[in-house]
Amino acid sequence: MSTASSSDQYYIPHGTHWPIIGSIGLSTTVIGFARYLHGAELTMMLLGVAIIIFMMYGWFGQVVNESMAGMYNKQVDMSFRWGMGWFIFSEVMFFAAFFGALFYARAFSIPWLDGGSNNGATAELLWPNFEAAWPLLAVPLAEKYEVAKQAMGAWGLPAINTAILLTSGLTVTLAHHALKRQDRDWLVYWLAATVALGFLFVGLQAWEYSHAYNELNLRMDSGIYGSTFYMLTGFHGFHVTMGATMLLVITIRAAKGHFTPENHFAFEAVAWYWHFVDVVWLGLFIFVYWI
Amino acid sequence: MTTATTHDDAHDDHGPAKGLMRWVTTTNHKDIGTLYLWLAFIMLLTGGSMAMVIRAELFQPGLQFVQPEFFNQMTTLHGLIMVFGAIMPAFVGLANWLIPMMIGAPDMALPRMNNWSFWILPFAFTMLASTLLMEGGAPAFGWTFYAPLSTTFAPESTDYFIFAVHLMGISSVMGAINVIATILNMRAPGMTLMKMPLFVWTWLITAYLLIAVMPVLAGVVTMMLTDRHFGTSFFDAAGGGDPVMFQHIFWFFGHPEVYIMILPAFGIISAIIPTFARKQLFGYSSMVYATASIAILSFMVWAHHMFTVGMPVAGELYFMYATILISVPTGVKVFNWVTTMWKGSMTFETPMLWALGFIVMFTIGGFSGLMLGVAPVDTQYHDTYFVVAHFHYVLVTGALYSIIAAFYYWVPKWTGNMYNETHGKIHFWWSTISVNVLFFPQHFVGLAGMPRRIPDYSLQFAEFNAISSIGGFAFGLAQIFFLYIIIKTIKGGKKATDKVWEGATGLEFEALPSPPPYHSFNTAPEIK
Amino acid sequence: MTFNKMSGRLPATITSVLSMLFVSSAQAEYALNMTKGVTPISREIYGLHMIVFWICVVIGVLVFAAMAWSIFHHRKSRGAEAANFHESTTIEIIWTVAPLIILIAIAIPATGTLLDLEDAETSADINVQVTGIQWKWKYNYLDEGVEFISSLAQSSRDVVKDPTGNENYLLEVDEPIVLPINKKVRFLFGSDDVIHAWWVPELAVKQDAVPGYINDSWAIIEEPGTYRGQCAELCGKDHGFMPIVVEAVTEAEYEKWIVAKKAEAAAVAASASQEWSMQDLLAKGETVYQTNCAACHGPTGAGILGVFPAMTNSAVVTGDVEGHTDVVMNGRSGTQMAAYKTQLSDVDLAAVITFERNSFGNSMGDTVQPSTIKNAR
Ligand code: HEA
Ligand code: HEA
Ligand code: HEC
Ligand code: CUA
Ligand SMILES: [Cu+2]
Repeated sequence: MSTASSSDQYYIPHGTHWPIIGSIGLSTTVIGFARYLHGAELTMMLLGVAIIIFMMYGWFGQVVNESMAGMYNKQVDMSFRWGMGWFIFSEVMFFAAFFGALFYARAFSIPWLDGGSNNGATAELLWPNFEAAWPLLAVPLAEKYEVAKQAMGAWGLPAINTAILLTSGLTVTLAHHALKRQDRDWLVYWLAATVALGFLFVGLQAWEYSHAYNELNLRMDSGIYGSTFYMLTGFHGFHVTMGATMLLVITIRAAKGHFTPENHFAFEAVAWYWHFVDVVWLGLFIFVYWI
Repeated sequence: MTTATTHDDAHDDHGPAKGLMRWVTTTNHKDIGTLYLWLAFIMLLTGGSMAMVIRAELFQPGLQFVQPEFFNQMTTLHGLIMVFGAIMPAFVGLANWLIPMMIGAPDMALPRMNNWSFWILPFAFTMLASTLLMEGGAPAFGWTFYAPLSTTFAPESTDYFIFAVHLMGISSVMGAINVIATILNMRAPGMTLMKMPLFVWTWLITAYLLIAVMPVLAGVVTMMLTDRHFGTSFFDAAGGGDPVMFQHIFWFFGHPEVYIMILPAFGIISAIIPTFARKQLFGYSSMVYATASIAILSFMVWAHHMFTVGMPVAGELYFMYATILISVPTGVKVFNWVTTMWKGSMTFETPMLWALGFIVMFTIGGFSGLMLGVAPVDTQYHDTYFVVAHFHYVLVTGALYSIIAAFYYWVPKWTGNMYNETHGKIHFWWSTISVNVLFFPQHFVGLAGMPRRIPDYSLQFAEFNAISSIGGFAFGLAQIFFLYIIIKTIKGGKKATDKVWEGATGLEFEALPSPPPYHSFNTAPEIK
Repeated sequence: MTFNKMSGRLPATITSVLSMLFVSSAQAEYALNMTKGVTPISREIYGLHMIVFWICVVIGVLVFAAMAWSIFHHRKSRGAEAANFHESTTIEIIWTVAPLIILIAIAIPATGTLLDLEDAETSADINVQVTGIQWKWKYNYLDEGVEFISSLAQSSRDVVKDPTGNENYLLEVDEPIVLPINKKVRFLFGSDDVIHAWWVPELAVKQDAVPGYINDSWAIIEEPGTYRGQCAELCGKDHGFMPIVVEAVTEAEYEKWIVAKKAEAAAVAASASQEWSMQDLLAKGETVYQTNCAACHGPTGAGILGVFPAMTNSAVVTGDVEGHTDVVMNGRSGTQMAAYKTQLSDVDLAAVITFERNSFGNSMGDTVQPSTIKNAR
């Protein structure tokens, strides 16, 4: 029974050292970050990140090799699918917390500071000059925060970015179709296009940040508008960067000849992730930039 | 990388690797289950020692042992460690041990990730505990860490607390994903969803709660972090935010969290009662629906922790109605257990005693929960020892009791050794008497007006606090005795039969020897 | 109590024990059960509390009696054979619907009480703004312009090691809030720092004081007396040491008190324009320090390492007067050091600064006069 060929057995790996390396990496990163926040250098955190990258490379590499060696049957594939699917759901809930903050501020806290609902006395006694508005530029206590000059519009760069991300959703689907019909060239071309669009998005987003920061004086400390704006777009941008990096890895693997029309879970996982990032952006575009 | 040699079924006979590294690198669900259970027990002792500090200081009025600042650190860490370190990991440990055996699977679906879910935790808790040694002390803002006490007014160590919470969140989410993938994908042929043991069902639903709310907790601590260091104003009215927003997001996590700590308990009790009543569980399918209803409702009641924050009255009314509604599906469970016992043929081995204790005392805790749910009356109960009594009845005599019951019920299966029945019974009666001496009087001091989270109180509360502390010390000692029982049972004892209990059902008892082989099911068992 | 007969002796014993605890012992009532209080709302709440409590007792007795019955009769050692029923849709529906009906019966009166409780705004006679400050309460009678701070009495602070015999230990303050009976008092709660909660059980008022927002609540006190309460939201180190004392008096006495308070305030304002001697400043400063500053900087000025700086040899305290005055008056934003110019009078500020500069081993030898503070405002 010691051959690896059988696809009727569920593959159970034996001892693994990657998780403990991952834990060391994670702890080093967060302790490094905490120390940085209290005035230390970034070195420790960067070391931690390096350990995490090393861990991911090793762990995923091992999984890729096992997969290529045909050690995973359909059922294992299914476990990976459930795993990835619910992981993405957990990410959705992570974003939900920040969207929740945005909606709460818009629907409750800002109107309440201006006397809404049962808060007549709040406005009268504490913030007589405050006026509710969204995007909120004039915060209740202007001395404490940087006042933004202007809010971020929706129809310039953000609209272009929306188009870019939607297009990239299309190109990744085209790549999937190419893979299914065994068209390896177009698989790589479409994937490369997706990666390019992904990084283009990140680049434009960075450009937009510098515009917001320098020209609009819209900053993290510009009150709740700046807080939610940077928290949501920042986390999203981070996820796009991760997704695009994952796509890049997939592109390289595709170019090396990995994936078959029947067996390409890693490809699909990344594609799902990319669609998720896409959908979150639509939410952002609508609620952060547009209405 | 080598390929063939890591293949599992080549090693049927070999058992686990040797030495310390076995535990660090293991991917075996039983090993990982054992690790989780030990971690949980160590955390119970740690959190319990902190509770002893609390009870010692509250033994009599006046400040005798600790300063208020340190008292608050104890309360905070006690709550955090018990919730995230003792109860949750204990349930995950049980899930690891039992789910694959119960559904006829070779192991958990994602064994490497399983290892990682566990091995994040020791790092997270070391980090959390290390805050005690930092300048300015450990976090002292309660396990609910309300802003702005936890943002502008908190010590530097708070950042380590925040990251520890992030790590625990990652661990829980990975653990939950693993449970879902295992249950949905690894069942033996014929094990349909409605044939699964209730423990598996309750864990499936718990896992969904976990992946839905742990990320929200991670989100809210992230906002704390940016409020502390990057000038955001989520929880600061001066910038347009609101400290109460913190509470809404926290309790959106926090309320489902308390059900995360009780649903698996329901599963355990639903396994034990039928075994010792020698009668099939009454109302299996309604149990499943009740569990699902509780889980769904648990997302819609969070603000019952916030009846005094000044919500608009419509909100208060809604949250009151939704909250008390949870009594209905919970009642269904209690009634089903009682009816299972009705006209059974009962014996009272140790696991059954703990399960019966659970039903009685959890119900008492549930009743006080119902009382708390009535919004206008909660203005008098809120933040008093009445609440403390409520949640210790559901957590200690609920969640913790179910875990101890599970230990006695399954340990003969795990180790092949019977525990000493006399010891088990002494442990039960000693604990049950002392735990009521400990927590019942807290209802009275709470109603009489003693706020929670205070290191010192006025003289009128003195008698009941003294009684409560004595109960606390006795209950603590009982758990030291429990440690002795655990070690003794692992080391040896009367051999257990494969079925262990006369009335036991389920694959783990009917299809596996005691102790089970390292890899339980290499070929899927047949399900009748 | 009909259910006693229904369910046998054990439950009857339980209920009588519970009745003893909760109902009969009138004199010990405060110690065991919720207070009935002295406002219409507090009585309504008490009634609701007892209704829900007895409902729970009844259900509990039924459930536990059924359990006890089967534990006793359906045990293997008595030769019980297991039946094998395990489902009944009828009974499941009954025990889903019956609790539902009970809950509706609870929800109806609860809704009424809640609506009353929340109606603070309508026709209030007196408006008092209550501000939580780590760890004391500021009261501002909005219609009268009377304002003062109330903190834990020194007599409690002195005995924290051993409070035996000190009847109102931790429940006494230096300046109680005085309210007239039979008037609708509206409280407006706010905070200068973290969240506190103002709770007086007999008034059935417990409301969070949230920084940046104002919550309200109300009470009509029907009996004169002294009512004691505490802060009910964890607010940091001395959360357990910020009590509330309400003196409820007749309207005439209340009017007198208001007049006296106003005169007191005028006297304080007048003394601010005088020149104060070092001795007077030090005496006054010590009191101000012990009530306002000692909680953090310690009664001996030692502070807490890493959290609250010591006053002894502090660079600020032993530095120039302007710097010192600035920190105390304006606080340090983003830290727990609050701006005391909103809490303390010119005299108090001058006194406490002088005191700090010349105590705890500091001997700067200079005085700060109230007039200096006035100019710095
Ligand atoms: C395992 C954990 C657990 C469980 C299961 C519960 C169960 C419940 N809890 Fe509890 N709760 C906590 C853990 C838990 N709680 C914790 C930790 C806190 C404090 C957090 C903090 O502030 O630190 C808390 C606080 C808390 C509050 C806030 C109090 C306050 O701060 O002012 C409220 C208010 O509504 C509440 C309500 C309830 C209700 C209605 C239930 C219901 O689910 C109970 C339902 C069960 C029954 C009712 C009994 C059985 C039913 C029957 C026999 C049927 C017939 C009954 C009737 C029709 C009455 N809980
Ligand atoms: C999740 C489960 C859980 C468990 C199991 C417990 C177990 C115990 N808890 Fe609780 N507790 C909470 C969850 C839990 N708790 C939470 C969430 C809070 C709220 C925190 C907050 O306000 O933020 C709280 C708060 C809380 C308070 C209120 C503190 C305050 O408001 O200031 C008190 C006071 O009595 C208390 C006591 C106890 C005691 C005596 C036990 C005992 O059951 C513990 C028994 C175990 C042991 C004692 C360990 C074994 C013994 C030893 C290691 C040897 C030492 C023994 C001796 C010296 C005899 N807890
Ligand atoms: C709630 C806690 C608290 C109270 C009450 C408090 N302080 Fe402070 N105080 C602080 C903290 C914290 C700092 C340090 C601020 C910082 O980090 O810059 C401080 C700093 C100071 C300093 C500067 C010391 C130095 O060396 O930097 C002075 C002077 C001072 N306080 C005086 C007072 C006086 C006078 C009072 C009472 C009227 C008072 N404080 C009440 C918390 C408090
Ligand atoms: Cu103020 Cu607690
Ligand atoms: Cu809750």
